[in-house]
Amino acid sequence: MRFLFKTDYEDDIRLFPHSGYIVSYGLLLAVLLIAPYVLSSYLMSQLVFVCIYATVGVALLILTGFTGQASLGHAAFLAIGAYTAAYLQKYNVPFPVYFLAAGLLTGCIGALVGFPALRLQGIYLVIATISFAFVVEEILARWESVTNGNEGMRVKALSLLGVAVPRDSPTFYFLCLAVLVLTIVGSLNLLRSPTGRAFVAIRDSETAARSMGINVALYKVKSFAISAAITGFAGVLFAHKLSFISPEMFTLQLSIEFIIVILIGGTFSLHGAVLGAIFIVMIDPFLTYLKDDMPGIIAGIAATFGASTATAGNVQSKVAAFASLNGLKGAIYGVIIVLFVLFEPLGLYGRWLKIKLFFQLFPLYKRSTFKRQKIYVKSERNR
Amino acid sequence: MLDFVQQLVSGVALGCVYGLIALGFVLVYKATEVVNFAQGDLMMLGGFFAFTFIGMMGLNYWIGFAGAVAAMALFGMLAERIVVRPILGYPQFSIIMATIGLGYFLRSIAGMIWGTDDFKIETPFSQGVLRIGSLVLAHDKLSVIAATVILCALLWLFFNKTALGTAMRASSENMLAAYYMGIPVKRVVSIVWAISAAVATCAGVLLAPITFIHSNVGLVLGLKAFPAAVLGGFGSIPGAVVGGVLIGIIESMAGFYLPEGWKDVAPYLVLLAVLLLKPEGLFGHHVRKKV
Repeated sequence: MRFLFKTDYEDDIRLFPHSGYIVSYGLLLAVLLIAPYVLSSYLMSQLVFVCIYATVGVALLILTGFTGQASLGHAAFLAIGAYTAAYLQKYNVPFPVYFLAAGLLTGCIGALVGFPALRLQGIYLVIATISFAFVVEEILARWESVTNGNEGMRVKALSLLGVAVPRDSPTFYFLCLAVLVLTIVGSLNLLRSPTGRAFVAIRDSETAARSMGINVALYKVKSFAISAAITGFAGVLFAHKLSFISPEMFTLQLSIEFIIVILIGGTFSLHGAVLGAIFIVMIDPFLTYLKDDMPGIIAGIAATFGASTATAGNVQSKVAAFASLNGLKGAIYGVIIVLFVLFEPLGLYGRWLKIKLFFQLFPLYKRSTFKRQKIYVKSERNR
Repeated sequence: MLDFVQQLVSGVALGCVYGLIALGFVLVYKATEVVNFAQGDLMMLGGFFAFTFIGMMGLNYWIGFAGAVAAMALFGMLAERIVVRPILGYPQFSIIMATIGLGYFLRSIAGMIWGTDDFKIETPFSQGVLRIGSLVLAHDKLSVIAATVILCALLWLFFNKTALGTAMRASSENMLAAYYMGIPVKRVVSIVWAISAAVATCAGVLLAPITFIHSNVGLVLGLKAFPAAVLGGFGSIPGAVVGGVLIGIIESMAGFYLPEGWKDVAPYLVLLAVLLLKPEGLFGHHVRKKV
């Protein structure tokens, strides 16, 4: 292992703490760049969704993980981005223009949502963002002259510099990847700037932040606006990927999925958003695998343990019936959320850090390093 | 005028159901500062239990009702023991997520067991109507209103007149201090969950004749109960019911007098307005914090 001796403030805020990071991220980027030429088209499509979800995850991390403002309304921001793109595209606005316009509009609406949020704390904020999302959903369904109502809108293929980019082409994937990488780098830079550290201060203690001279209201609104704008960008890509959008795609369910992304990935580092996005997008292929291959494998195991062919066949059909149950995905989501909250609140990235630390400190690792503290604070109603 | 009264009564009946669900939120919130996002799903599950006892096993309505309430009270305790107790005292975000996960799980499991069709329970109130002049009031709606009034009275007595109720109020004010005073906070919390699941079951069974039982009904109604709880001031039992009734009336009036679409949004617009203008709600009290 390598010890880092930090002698300078610059050492502390560097993007890459040492050359090992540059090598490993470089390798990762190289793998991602050759992926379209190796993977099947289905997996490529999933990878595009990973990029989009991870972008939204980063946006939500800035708001929830770093500013401490929970939001269950991000599906609405995604919808606003997607609909802006679809609407402007009808009037032959070029892609770069409506891409930026979608981000700008969503950012402005995010700021507008941020203002009421100033007075709200914790659970009230969650409820307010949920109701904002419901209102947006209803507006999308009713404002038929713009959004085409419940019939939904077709989104034409993206055209970049006059060249059409179909939604399953490698170029579209590279575009999504570029947006994700730019978002991550931009957010990292934001988070080590004074603005980002004001966000973290507000998360840790609003009173302390205020007494340090931070304009809490301004930074909360900023955080909402930035988060919403990034989600709006992701919404444009989302619309193009799906090529058809309708109001029932942007429900509370989707907002919860975004929260799951950051919960499972880990809410304290941008790595978490990417890991969580991979996790949530890959549940679908995993379930398909469970449906198609798993029964055979389990029957095979049963057979090797001496079960008769009839019993093995019986087991196979039972497992297949279980795997194709209707609500299995929802039940798995539920169990996963509860298990993560109970046993791994730091998420997948937290688990990775623990494993890394275990090997770094090998005989000296202490479990309690990551122990959370219970705080039986006085009632929040008295805040 | 007649239309107005008719809408008012059905609004009040619907609002009582919202109020009952909101009551569950408030009970849990009062005792543990936890907002139980799975409350609506507990209601749905209670409805399904009652359907199993009454519709499938053919028990008497009242026995089935009591059985469902008892079963759900046990289930509430179990859910508290497994999901909530390990994370009591941790940041609210974790607990909100855990109850969202619980809700997801219950919804899917109910869909797997009972299927995704609509179910109906035959109740003694399903048929009759009460006529006052030319006003027609269905018995099922009146039964909801009556049951809400009785439940509220019981809960009020429980919280204000019994030792257990006092212990609950104490542990909601300051959990650590309650520990120090010898209140078995864990047991109190678990009883609170049992009560709130039982109240949710009452809502589910009473609702069964009005809207059918369906595995997603909990999500829809549970989210309507949020405006009710906030309007009344999260943490106030009479507030929850009054908030629920107001939301019910607003929804019913918006559905009748305003163009299509307003019915679903009106409760949330009211909620946003309340959060903006009076975040502590109608019955909540604002306490200044000393730093």
